[in-house]
Amino acid sequence: MSYATQKLAEEKVFKDPVHRYIHVRDQVIWDLVNSKEFQRLRRIKQLGTSYLVFHGAEHSRFNHSLGVYEIVRRISDDVFHGRPEWDEGERLTVLCAALLHDLGHGPFSHSFEKVFDVDHEEFTRAILTGDTEVNSILQKVAPDFPADVAEVIAKTYSNKQVVSLISSQIDADRMDYLQRDAYYTGVSYGHFDMERILRVMRPLDDQVVIKSSGMHAVEDYIMSRYQMYWQVYFHPVARSAEVILRKILQRAKELSENGYEFQQPPTHFLAFFDRSFTLADYLALDEGVLMTYFQLWINERDPILADLCERFVNRRLFQYVDFDPGTDYKKLGELSALFKKAGIDPEYYLIDDSTSDLPYDFYRPGEEEERLPIQLLMPNGDIKELSRLSQIVDAISGKRRTDYKLYFPAELLIDGKKKAIKQQILEMLREGGI
Amino acid sequence: MLQEHARIVDFIATAEGVTGRKKLQKMVYIMKKLNVPFREKYEFHIYGPYSEELTARIEELCDMGFISEALEDKGSYVQYKYAVTEEGMEFRQAVAASIPKNPEAAALLNAKSARFLELASTLLYFDHLEREEQIAKLHSVKGKLNFTETEIEEAYRFLGELAQLKLA
Repeated sequence: MSYATQKLAEEKVFKDPVHRYIHVRDQVIWDLVNSKEFQRLRRIKQLGTSYLVFHGAEHSRFNHSLGVYEIVRRISDDVFHGRPEWDEGERLTVLCAALLHDLGHGPFSHSFEKVFDVDHEEFTRAILTGDTEVNSILQKVAPDFPADVAEVIAKTYSNKQVVSLISSQIDADRMDYLQRDAYYTGVSYGHFDMERILRVMRPLDDQVVIKSSGMHAVEDYIMSRYQMYWQVYFHPVARSAEVILRKILQRAKELSENGYEFQQPPTHFLAFFDRSFTLADYLALDEGVLMTYFQLWINERDPILADLCERFVNRRLFQYVDFDPGTDYKKLGELSALFKKAGIDPEYYLIDDSTSDLPYDFYRPGEEEERLPIQLLMPNGDIKELSRLSQIVDAISGKRRTDYKLYFPAELLIDGKKKAIKQQILEMLREGGI
Repeated sequence: MLQEHARIVDFIATAEGVTGRKKLQKMVYIMKKLNVPFREKYEFHIYGPYSEELTARIEELCDMGFISEALEDKGSYVQYKYAVTEEGMEFRQAVAASIPKNPEAAALLNAKSARFLELASTLLYFDHLEREEQIAKLHSVKGKLNFTETEIEEAYRFLGELAQLKLA
């Protein structure tokens, strides 16, 4: 028996709060789960700083990756199995891609990637195709297999059905994270009838379609996603923590570049400061490492780095006000000047942040849109785009919602020094303008 | 502050307007790959490298009134034409973007068709591969577009010409 088809002597199961059990029969999957690069995902939280708002949200990318694998396993082994439009030869490729799709995420990915201008998807590819335990496992399946798995994750794989199971507007990744994040945050949004959706998914030509009888379950999924984005993922307090995190990394980089002598040198970050990093440098990072630095940097002599770290570790976050950059950008300049006069560096203490989401979008032939729509399979075999049939989905299709906030340290504006200027700042922040 | 928005406004102003969403996406991608400091994250989509963040930023800039978006009906399809408004020019001055001005590169890119830029940007997306593999990958993901050898050669020549400009 080849390694690709080798089964475990006994099925392994992981107890899981979302899917109840995650089933592993394939030796390849079991070996991948036990690789050190996959185990590293235990040390990276799925929701970054959201645990500072929703205290239950401490779950990791390890849990989520297993969940995506389980959903794809069920689609491949139960729903699509035996259907002529599905290529059974893709089973192991899609299972590995599902399991490994987030492998390149780093600690507090969003902030880390922004500050150091790196891309977790490039690291995913590097882990799959580079000198790693994961690569050596995939190589045992076939020499081209690591590249195939990487291409599915990068969405450049030739079989588009396989790609759309992992990334499309209704994919296993989203179906897992919505339910998992809802469970761990404790919110009542994010729930939908996944069993129903799985039962009505069908492989067809180069896509995966949904039988029209499942339309209402899909509506529920799209509304769950919409609510989760605004209630959980874009929570303004979690964004405040993200802002501070970004500024810590930015400050450490700036200090290092200016020759500042750290009491606790930023050894793990140096290669990212000068962009000489290797894959090994990246894999050496996790959230435990970053939090250790933040703890130690609380005692640094640089007051900005020490203060930002103290804020992050002890959850003394920035306050925020709504902000409309279209009309307020000039006032932002004034405010920035006032911060300087007050002795508060606006680069680190006055930060604008925007976030937006497009809950669902569709492609009309001839237009230059890029999102593959959700297609419904009608009883007569016709295909219809979801928003043509669903009034609920139509109401939110193509409508982007954006939220702008301005973050600042409120308590620094009410201490005794330079009172008049600070009063002026507070008035600007309170009285609208901004 | 608002630097990332300012960079996009600056680029569209330097290019003296851009017609086509796809074209704008590919122009920014190619500039970014040539080390111009755009921060929008790209992934591979239907038409090649695509940035959801750039789409969001353009929509935001339109909402703010800094960029105008005009719909042009081309018969069998529609196109969006982007230009910087007067308010956008004021914004551009007020929030000076920390980005090198590259009028020559912007003009070179703007003179090309969306199809050609899709080809060039797709080749760039696979620049970690050897040239032969890059071309094979192009045909694999863009089979329906039937890019000819001449077009591919021209795309490589064009990318080489841009690289000579030392954009960053």
